[in-house]
Amino acid sequence: MAVTTTAGRLRKNRGAAPLQSLFWRLPWLRSALLLTPPLGWFVLIYLSSLVLLLITAFWTIDTFTTQIVQVWSLDNFTLILNEPAYRLIIGRTVGLAAVVTITDTVLAFPFAYFMARVATRRIQTLLFAAVLLPLWASYLARVYAWILILNHSGILNWSLQSIGLPPANVGYTIPAMWIVFSYIWLPFMIIPTYAALERVPESLLEAAADLGAPRWRAVRDVVLPLAIPGVVAGSIFTFSLTLGDYITPILVGGAGSTFIGNVVYSSVGIANNVPFAAALAMVPVAIMAVYLLIARRLGAFEAL
Amino acid sequence: MWVRLGTIAAAAVIAITACGSNASPGGSTAAQPPTAGMKPPTTVGAGEGQLNLIAWEGYVDDSWVKQFTANTGCKVNAKYAGSSDEMVSLMKGGGGGQWDMVSASGDADLRLIYGGDVKPMNTDLIPDFKNFQTYFKAPGYNTINGIHYGISLQWGPNTLLYSTKKFPNAPTSWSVIYDPANKGLVTVPDNPIQIADAALYLMKTQPNLGIKDPYELTQKQFDASVALLKQQRPLIKKYWGTAGDEITLFENGDVVVGAAWPYQTIQLKADGKVAVADTIPTEGATGWGDTWMLATNAPHPNCAYLWTAYVSTAKVQAEQALFFGETPVNAMACQEMEALQAGSCAQYHADAPGSYFNTIKFWKTPIATCPDGSSNCIPYAQWQTAWTTITA
Repeated sequence: MAVTTTAGRLRKNRGAAPLQSLFWRLPWLRSALLLTPPLGWFVLIYLSSLVLLLITAFWTIDTFTTQIVQVWSLDNFTLILNEPAYRLIIGRTVGLAAVVTITDTVLAFPFAYFMARVATRRIQTLLFAAVLLPLWASYLARVYAWILILNHSGILNWSLQSIGLPPANVGYTIPAMWIVFSYIWLPFMIIPTYAALERVPESLLEAAADLGAPRWRAVRDVVLPLAIPGVVAGSIFTFSLTLGDYITPILVGGAGSTFIGNVVYSSVGIANNVPFAAALAMVPVAIMAVYLLIARRLGAFEAL
Repeated sequence: MWVRLGTIAAAAVIAITACGSNASPGGSTAAQPPTAGMKPPTTVGAGEGQLNLIAWEGYVDDSWVKQFTANTGCKVNAKYAGSSDEMVSLMKGGGGGQWDMVSASGDADLRLIYGGDVKPMNTDLIPDFKNFQTYFKAPGYNTINGIHYGISLQWGPNTLLYSTKKFPNAPTSWSVIYDPANKGLVTVPDNPIQIADAALYLMKTQPNLGIKDPYELTQKQFDASVALLKQQRPLIKKYWGTAGDEITLFENGDVVVGAAWPYQTIQLKADGKVAVADTIPTEGATGWGDTWMLATNAPHPNCAYLWTAYVSTAKVQAEQALFFGETPVNAMACQEMEALQAGSCAQYHADAPGSYFNTIKFWKTPIATCPDGSSNCIPYAQWQTAWTTITA
């Protein structure tokens, strides 16, 4: 009796929605239809431009008229590898991205730990607002604010002099860029770290305590390993954002603070050498590919 | 990132469509540019109602544009460019038909001319042309084999700007920006053409190098100039990108001496926060000369000619000169300048005798052909590459 009823309903449904039965018979069709528009967009807009970037990197330009010459060559890549200046620029960019990431990790972890596991609900909300508040202001305005702090007659030197210390000429140097980058990307480290820490069940800490572990030991052996994916996820943001930035070096950097992004920018906008810019732009793409592979190993994508 | 990828995609598309239309030119000033055979018009017709310009910021100001639109009915749309190289990029990116004119500086001109991006202009259609200073009727950067690829507009020297507190006596030599005593207190433009400033200095200080023209350097002369700039690099606080950058650096006391334009001096003096002055040292100076050039596929040529004639008149020349801090090419503009601001004519050297222009080495695109006709000179692309290695 029950079987007949189900069969009857099925038959009725088939009449009402032939598409649904099609989906039932061909299960892959539903996901295909669902994914086609976003996937098409992704392939058309995102991947095709990446492919174009890759292809352009193997062309060169006529040095006088700057017209693109479509002859395949590895000249751009050879230049990047052989010219010490580009190696220096790549090394500086990657090095500073790493230092900024470490700085932000060290700053963000205790902060996120406090937010997730110590603070009351009310304090937590306040801290959240404090972390997110700078993101409301324009990136440029925040970088300019740092120029006002760090330059020769800025607040930093004024404060140092008022307590009798010699002025620190931090403005327009690599340390200035380190400070500004660490400040600008800090929220992007705090939020994923906080999310990972919040997910650690209290019961695990209680179990550690029951087994006689002091609080610091429980944090080191239980909380830290569970929070690593969140920290790595945050580091993807801080590392890649620093790696691709070219505005802070222009504004806060001095002589000898050129980043990969600045060379790409001047190669396109100034020298009109798109092929070289494309070749150089492949460097951060390759670096991020390696970085993401390592991050996946460390479980960062489960934490996102 | 999107913008960057978009630009590359767009450039690639342009490259595909442009492929084959422009053969690579020989790159000699004596060689005929691709558009040399295009006959300019002999009369100016009615305006087309629109005019699309690529210009330096401040070159298309409402204070004189409004009158032009009222006179001719040509509505002016301006796109401001931040560097000569950006102007060249924009003109090439336009694919023809997007822009009418560009206010290019001398270091961009030959690239535009030999790139086939601009075409000859008829100077007879510019009534004020006869009043131009002789030098600017046919300067080497915009006139080739007697054909004018544009009409000169304004010019200015690249000056030595210094804090009078640090230098109570005006420096007489560019050596101050190469002197280790000023470590960390110097700023120079972030521009490959700066190599010419080093070459100009070496021309006088190391005559055995035999530099005759700072824009036509053999490998040995080029290497010496680059070496001087690499030596200068530790003295540099910051390579300035915009005039505003340099003004900020001086006002905050981060630098005390640098290479500048008269514009910065005028602004710093007007602000009054820091005491500065500028000078042209004994070695002479480089300078820029700007030209209104007509795009090869300009959609509004009549408005373009009307505009060029209008900005060449003494009154507009004087207004623009004082607005931007530069010097008109129209010798009749002197009185107009005096009327607007007493003493300004002499201050800007608008009444300079012809010999004055021998002390200014005007920007021009470095090309492979040397003064002796050989192809041993270093072309601009290598200047750009070298500049990256200097500032890295």
